[in-house]
Amino acid sequence: MTVSQQKSKKVIPIISDPNQEKFVSLYEAQKKVYPRSISGYFHQWRWITIWITQIVFYGMPWLEWGNRQALLLDISTHRFYIFGLVLYPQDLVFLVVLLVIAALALFLFTAVAGRLWCGFSCPQSVYTEIFLWIERKIEGDRAARIKLDSKALSFEKIYKKWLKHAAWITFSMWTGFTFLGYFTPIREISDSILHFHLSPWETFWICFYGFATYGNAGFLREQVCKYMCPYARFQSAMFDKDTLIVTYDEERGEPRSGRSRKVDAKEAGLGDCIDCSLCVQVCPVGIDIRDGLQYECISCGLCVDACDSIMDKMNYPRGLVRFSTQNGVSHHWSKHEIIQKILRPRVLIYTGLLVLLCVGFAVSLGMRTPFKVDVIRDRGVLSRLVEGGNVENVYRLQITNATEATQTYHISATGLDGLTIASQNEFTVNAADSRMVAIGLQIPDGSIKSGSHPINFEIKALGLNEAITEKSIFYMSR
Amino acid sequence: MSDFTSNFWSYFISFIVIGGIIGCLALLLMTSKVKQMSDTDNTTGHVYDEDIVEMNNPLPRWWMWLFIITCVFGAAYLIIYPGLGIYKGTAGWTSINQYEQEVAETKKKIAPIYAKFAAMKPEDVAQDSKAMAIGERLFMNNCSQCHGSDARGSRGFPNLTDNDWLYGGSPEKIKETITLGRHGMMPPMAAALGSAEDVKNVANYVLSLSGSMYHSGRAGLGQQKFAICAACHGADGKGNQAIGAPNLTDNVWLHGAGEAAIIKRINEGKDNQMPAQGERLTEEQIHVLTAYIWRFSNLPDSQKPDNQANTK
Repeated sequence: MTVSQQKSKKVIPIISDPNQEKFVSLYEAQKKVYPRSISGYFHQWRWITIWITQIVFYGMPWLEWGNRQALLLDISTHRFYIFGLVLYPQDLVFLVVLLVIAALALFLFTAVAGRLWCGFSCPQSVYTEIFLWIERKIEGDRAARIKLDSKALSFEKIYKKWLKHAAWITFSMWTGFTFLGYFTPIREISDSILHFHLSPWETFWICFYGFATYGNAGFLREQVCKYMCPYARFQSAMFDKDTLIVTYDEERGEPRSGRSRKVDAKEAGLGDCIDCSLCVQVCPVGIDIRDGLQYECISCGLCVDACDSIMDKMNYPRGLVRFSTQNGVSHHWSKHEIIQKILRPRVLIYTGLLVLLCVGFAVSLGMRTPFKVDVIRDRGVLSRLVEGGNVENVYRLQITNATEATQTYHISATGLDGLTIASQNEFTVNAADSRMVAIGLQIPDGSIKSGSHPINFEIKALGLNEAITEKSIFYMSR
Repeated sequence: MSDFTSNFWSYFISFIVIGGIIGCLALLLMTSKVKQMSDTDNTTGHVYDEDIVEMNNPLPRWWMWLFIITCVFGAAYLIIYPGLGIYKGTAGWTSINQYEQEVAETKKKIAPIYAKFAAMKPEDVAQDSKAMAIGERLFMNNCSQCHGSDARGSRGFPNLTDNDWLYGGSPEKIKETITLGRHGMMPPMAAALGSAEDVKNVANYVLSLSGSMYHSGRAGLGQQKFAICAACHGADGKGNQAIGAPNLTDNVWLHGAGEAAIIKRINEGKDNQMPAQGERLTEEQIHVLTAYIWRFSNLPDSQKPDNQANTK
């Protein structure tokens, strides 16, 4: 964090009485930020990413796959349905790998492009931007909003505020409803709502997520980025001098001062910055980028758009505030030189690890056997003497079918001579279901020495031609 | 009921907890105003390593309110729920009555599934593949620990598939067994029979009843003493299902086969219990289980439970 620099404006100091100590409150009411609207390259890109992410979020629960929802995280029945995949709690390892991949992707992305995630696709920024758009449509742009807030209560103020909050709440409830649709089939929920038989828990969760959206995007906004989000705090550990950030070209811009259009800046010894403070007005987190990179900055690029528009009006070259790297600005590198620096050791190592993990993840998911078997030997029955002079051990096999069709499974046992299956050994299990079956294994009494012997069960899915081997033991009594 | 003999610890805990909450709020209040160290910038005035300064930024007020709300929530929680020593809380919550509530709710939730079968006779329920799939799961989860996953039992745990019953094999009797449990008691009979030789003779007679190998001389002697056993096991040795006395002629040996095992039983007696399931399972669940068990001994292909699949 840089120390505030000397302002070029003339300040008349107020000399305070040295005998009187001043007390300040350590709990400061937040100053509301009124971002001004701006159009430009990055603003356009922000809205493209908003559209893409929201179409995916709001649209995904409505997609169907066969006779069920395509993406359904059914927590109550312990099944995750992701398009063609049926995932059981035993598949949790895939989620872990997915999280590691997400973390590595985060490190890679941040090392190269800084906080573009924050400014362009983070749900907090996206929803703030959507709510801001609603607010602008109803209350007007920055100046109008500041004026409205400073006015006394009037019919106009009440009606505008009410309309804004009604719009926000409607949008929030739709968001809560969509979010719930990832966990309970969304068509069922909408049916319940239309017929007024939504269950208490469903109502609670819709209201909870709705309230969270309303609170975060309507009121908290940049407070989340400033105080709550850990990403802001550890960005300094993930950045290096070749990371893309929003920069203010201090060398070019200082000393800043307003001037008439006819004045030649170089002749007058002035920097390109005309101190219009437009970059401060458009900033959604309320900082001044001219103070340098700050932890609050979410790299949304609106200040770049703002300054570029002013530079255009002044006929100065663009880029006084621009996306660049710290090295790029201090060494005056060209765009080409900056891009060359992307292929540095840190980036290459992250990329290598990421590719390895992604390939491993995809391969193991693709090669996964679509059923699981667990063998538990009956402990109450150590071994049993049965008719025919055989000794019998009983096992319980739990077969979980991870496909969406009924499957037939054939069970056999190997590992000891003369081992036979003395019960039914072919079973069917319904789609995405699991079943416990009892298997008895027999061997002639005395044919093996007493004690435990390792054996193997082979369980074959007849329709899929895939097999699983599970080990167990056979206990011969003394 | 408190485990302690005095209430000291209860007061101790309450004091610390309440003191802690009040202390947190006091801390919040005490640190709310601070002397401004420096007039020119927002730092504490300390400088380290020539140019590193320590900022003194104020906390956002919403954070302060969240903290206060947390303390209020904590206080409200401790009034409503137990937490301050032995104070029971205004809601009267205990983990036992939460459990009982959950059991009652679960029973209400599963009742519709079983409603259809509750109206049917056990013999018909045994033919319903959906019911038998439920029965299989109920059996695996509740009965297989003693009676084996294949219901064939083991030493001391009856075989449920052999159509040989201690207390009766009708659906009503099976249901009674499951609901109330069973307690079979055979007193030691050695003293009543006489000497060790007498016991051995009677053992051989018992063996003769079931077609096992026996010593005919001893069996003859033993038959004379058998009247003492007949009081429970019947004059013909066919047992008494009213009191759970086993049928000695069926060649089913729950507690061990052979002369030595029988002698041991006569000498020591037997006390064998099956726990009652009536408190753990609902009546409707027991109804389905009854059909499942009855089916093993009464339906021709009862050893092949696979016609229970495709029950969706």
